[in-house]
Amino acid sequence: MANYLIKRIAMLFPLLLGITLITFTVIHLAPGEPVEMQTAMSPKVSAASRARLREFYGLDKPLHVQYLRWLGHLAHLDFGRSFAPDNRPVTDKIVERIPITLSLNVIALILEFGLAIPIGILAAVRRDSLLDRGISVFVFVGFAVPTFWLALLCMYFFGVKFSWLPISGIHSLGYEKFSAAGRVWDLAKHLVLPISIATFGSLAGLSRYMRSTMLEVLSQDYITTARAKGLQERVVIFKHALKNALLPVITLLGFSLPGLIGGSVIFETIFAIPGMGQLFYQGVMARDYPLVMGILVIGACLTLVGNLLADLCYAVADPRIRHGRS
Amino acid sequence: MTLRRLFTLLLVALQLSACGQSAPEQKSLARPKGGAPAYGDALITGSIGEPNTLIPLLASDSASHEVAGLVYNGLVRYDKNLKLEGDLARSWEVSPDGLTITFHLRPGVKWHDGKEFTSRDVLYTYRVTVDPKTPTAYSEDFKQVKKAEALDTYTFQVSYDKPFAPALASWGIAILPAHLLEGKDITKSPLARSPIGTGPYTFKEWIPGQKLALEANPAYWEGRPYLDRFVYRIIPDNSTMYMELKAGGIDTMGLSPVQYQRQTNTPEFLARFNKYRYPASAYTYLGYNLRLPLFKDRRVRQAISHAINKEEIIQGVLLGMGQIAHGPYKPGTWAYKPQVADPEYNPAKAQQLLKEAGFVMGPDGILAKDGKPFSFTIMTNQGNDQRMKCAQIIQRRLKRVGIDVKIRVMEWASFLTNFIDKGKFEAVLLGWTIGQDPDLYDVWHSSKTEPKELNFIGFKNAEVDRLLIEGRGTFDQEQRKRCYWGIQDILAQEQPYTFLYVPDALPAVASRFQGIEPAPAGIMYNLIKWYVPEAEQQH
Repeated sequence: MANYLIKRIAMLFPLLLGITLITFTVIHLAPGEPVEMQTAMSPKVSAASRARLREFYGLDKPLHVQYLRWLGHLAHLDFGRSFAPDNRPVTDKIVERIPITLSLNVIALILEFGLAIPIGILAAVRRDSLLDRGISVFVFVGFAVPTFWLALLCMYFFGVKFSWLPISGIHSLGYEKFSAAGRVWDLAKHLVLPISIATFGSLAGLSRYMRSTMLEVLSQDYITTARAKGLQERVVIFKHALKNALLPVITLLGFSLPGLIGGSVIFETIFAIPGMGQLFYQGVMARDYPLVMGILVIGACLTLVGNLLADLCYAVADPRIRHGRS
Repeated sequence: MTLRRLFTLLLVALQLSACGQSAPEQKSLARPKGGAPAYGDALITGSIGEPNTLIPLLASDSASHEVAGLVYNGLVRYDKNLKLEGDLARSWEVSPDGLTITFHLRPGVKWHDGKEFTSRDVLYTYRVTVDPKTPTAYSEDFKQVKKAEALDTYTFQVSYDKPFAPALASWGIAILPAHLLEGKDITKSPLARSPIGTGPYTFKEWIPGQKLALEANPAYWEGRPYLDRFVYRIIPDNSTMYMELKAGGIDTMGLSPVQYQRQTNTPEFLARFNKYRYPASAYTYLGYNLRLPLFKDRRVRQAISHAINKEEIIQGVLLGMGQIAHGPYKPGTWAYKPQVADPEYNPAKAQQLLKEAGFVMGPDGILAKDGKPFSFTIMTNQGNDQRMKCAQIIQRRLKRVGIDVKIRVMEWASFLTNFIDKGKFEAVLLGWTIGQDPDLYDVWHSSKTEPKELNFIGFKNAEVDRLLIEGRGTFDQEQRKRCYWGIQDILAQEQPYTFLYVPDALPAVASRFQGIEPAPAGIMYNLIKWYVPEAEQQH
């Protein structure tokens, strides 16, 4: 087992290096440079000041030198400074945006699993009933409706028309003066719309998956046996069937871990939530190379670690994998 | 002249006089409420983009400059009629030969941290701007300076090699506090996140991605602003911002023509908001690549201009919220020549001119010369719906006179690098903002046609070159005016661009704010005089 672990971890490093090399190349292939995005079409900027800016960011160096320099910084766990005019450390920019994205995603994920699993079970147990069909229509509507459109409609109804909920942002003005309970309430009100719309949109995939695994399990012989023993239907479903049906779903949960720090651009833009999606989008549009690379490296690391964890879990569960025999 | 054209002309004339003399349009149903000026309340405004840095010297985005403009002052500024007036400089003198400017600084002005503002700060600002290590885009005007010196605590003098008219306005640059920056690396200064200036508002807090708050400076030299706080909320989506406006989450935003014309004429909206309308400092144009044989012939460019109905574009694209552009200046400003003889909408004349240029109508309804059909592509950047619609209307009009137009929309960065910089385009549909100083050397002088320079269409005209140099070489406004009027006559003849329209700025402001006086400079110039009567204060 230790051997297997060491081998897997050792393999991560060349993989990560390859990922950085490819992303670095790709982002530099995109037309336009940070300096250009800042100064294009501005009558105030001469060729000399443009050259000065390029030198300041180190863009006058050959590409491989730029890459090696960036890699050197990364070796010290330093993502460098942003190419935006504020020139702040990339780490600062990312760190200030992770909490909101992470908490939104975690809450949405919990809700998604919490709702999709029962829905899927219900649909499987009452297969082809009116309820099953109703659920199918409901989740597919959520899947098919463009979220930005639904978001705008909800904002209009709940925010403008009835004034029940705030429209955008995550805090009200004067938030600093609220009591602790008031702050939580304020935050909760701001998050109702984004989280419920995000959850509604993602129900379909997971609940349909749950329904099909459940159906598969329910048609197995041991379920028929359990029923033949005279067990109550409730026990058959929740004790015998569900346990087995849940296994693949838990694998899905593992896969969604790296996604926790990635935000949705459209969503964050509409709700004015200062999250990772917006940061990344702005970074790409401004060709802010260090920022984009920083976010991609974090994402790559999480994906690699997530995969490693999933594999380890399999290995623990299945001796054939950890001993390398089939 | 048809009735419709007469009406159009009248309308334009009315608009011109409206912005030239009296106040621009204001629309509201709100009862004029009484109430004496009172201190208090907050103005909450929304912004699509987040400021980058609050050291204006390093910033290149409008959001940064908007916020920094309330925190810092320059030596000079433009007043409500877009004339230069003293700001941190009480007065100034230009030497008779135009080579030296002496600024007399306002005594007793304090930085927000209590230190006094002196000529040392001005000298520092100049030095850091021209320092090769400073990554700024604004050093160009200051490189013309031969010598800058602080004669005493309140006198600052600069001299130039040759008279340079835009120099005076360039001293509107935000003056930075020397005592906090001298000897330090400006790119790593904490002032970028928490600025200290001399302006009417002091910095309070900045929550990244959410909001930025400023507080009234009680010791401001022009008097304390009435509004206690200025809050800048970052709302990246225009529809969200509009809903925030309606729900009371923000107090002001710039409306789109559709929002202004179609969505905000309800009694409720007009009771809660005042809508303003005045020409924005920008114009949209169709520019031709003059290096191509096709567009070298002036008659062809004139013909295209004759074939385009600008009024129709303004109606279709801006719902009437704009006016025809005849040249590169803003209507109503001193540099703008009111009646230039540019090509009017006249398809028959267009056809005549094209015939003279050697084009013959082919059987497919497309003009051709030497067997080659008259066909070209208009390129524009992605994400600008107005430009896209504009191109479509032009396409249809040109089709009628027998010109085949294709439209290509490109992402901004690749548009610039792969097409504009390499001169690989036929015609472009783009816009310029109109600067407050009328010097247009960078856009029209024949020396500015290299890659990445702004005369990317390759316009070369000896007379325009001469007038541009004369115009920037004198401080005499009458003489400058003659130069720029001359340039407008030539551009109207040459049609290197077809100047399309100057859109209107359409801000809405909650009606509780009083003291707003629309002027050629817009409405924000007297923000410190805005107030909310005590009974109506909300925040």
